Amino acid sequence: MSELTEIVLQIDGQEVKATAGMTVLQAAQQAGITIPTLCHHEKLEAFGGCRLCMVEVEVRGWKNYVVSCLYPVAKDIIVRTRSEKVDKIRKVLVEELMAHAPDAPELVKLAEEYGADRDRFERDASFCIVCGLCVRYCNEVKQKNAVGFIDNGARREISFIPEVAKEECWGCQECFAICPTSYAQAAYLLTEALAFPGQRKAPIHAIKPPEPVRRVIPIMPIAATT
Amino acid sequence: MCEQKIDGIIEKYRGEPGSLIHALVEIQHENHWLPREVLHKIADALTVPFAQVMQIASFYKTFSLTPKGRHEVHVCTGMTCHLRGAAKLRAKVEELTGLKDGETDAESRFTYETGACLGSCSIGPELIVDGKHYGRMTPEKIEDVLKQYE
Repeated sequence: MSELTEIVLQIDGQEVKATAGMTVLQAAQQAGITIPTLCHHEKLEAFGGCRLCMVEVEVRGWKNYVVSCLYPVAKDIIVRTRSEKVDKIRKVLVEELMAHAPDAPELVKLAEEYGADRDRFERDASFCIVCGLCVRYCNEVKQKNAVGFIDNGARREISFIPEVAKEECWGCQECFAICPTSYAQAAYLLTEALAFPGQRKAPIHAIKPPEPVRRVIPIMPIAATT
Repeated sequence: MCEQKIDGIIEKYRGEPGSLIHALVEIQHENHWLPREVLHKIADALTVPFAQVMQIASFYKTFSLTPKGRHEVHVCTGMTCHLRGAAKLRAKVEELTGLKDGETDAESRFTYETGACLGSCSIGPELIVDGKHYGRMTPEKIEDVLKQYE
């Protein structure tokens, strides 16, 4: 059996071993180096939507800024997960996202770390940061496709498909927990209220004892989380 | 309206998820808009999740998820047409049809849209009805043009 090709690269001054086909993000996580992410989920295909995992990659003396969740590892590349420019990119990204979801716990934490000003951009309280976690989770893991993207560009948003959501969502609710802003839950409840009030299909626990009911996750006030 | 034709198009692509856009384009041409029931039929026949059909249908401007009129009235608002008086054309079309950009009238006779640039700047300002170009348009001529379409 041929061994998988081992690649050695440098991340933040550390020699890191990785196998071909891995991404820089995976290699870093394996080595215990944290790179902030919002749209990344280990069970899902890389998406490259939030751009927060942006790192500096130096290849043969040339510096480049790439999203580490999509960038494949290569021999002898030098990766810097923190630099003045990387920090600035992340700061602006967080500020832009905070125009949509100013109180999302993950964003609040990131804002503290990168010194982002939550009021820099005019508010557009959509609460969704279009990370696509719910859409991709429903498609790739649950394969129910109860929620999808609608429209394009700046108007892009998530939307529950009432026909599917009615049958599937209340018994699952898994996307509620992975949503960084609790918007998935709000969008579902709004869809339910508008399209099928009181008609959701509750999970059936006939024979086996009911599993602990997955509770709707309350949004913690900022003060309580810190 | 032309349900058989729509079903025919869907049948042609049955079981081919990759042909989603082709099917949508053909039905859009035939029916001028994409009703939800039709999108459901497409999803089932092409074995594409309905959420993804909606994603594609709402993404491209070619597709309309709301009913459109029998005739599409289009005023070019590109730079050249604008300089040659497209604003006056728009005002006249809006006055005659009573529609704003993107609207369809109650009898579904006209859908009025604006957009740039249709590539025929030399004959601007331009009015396009159902793909037919009317160049060197003046507000006075519009009424006669629109009369031809019922």
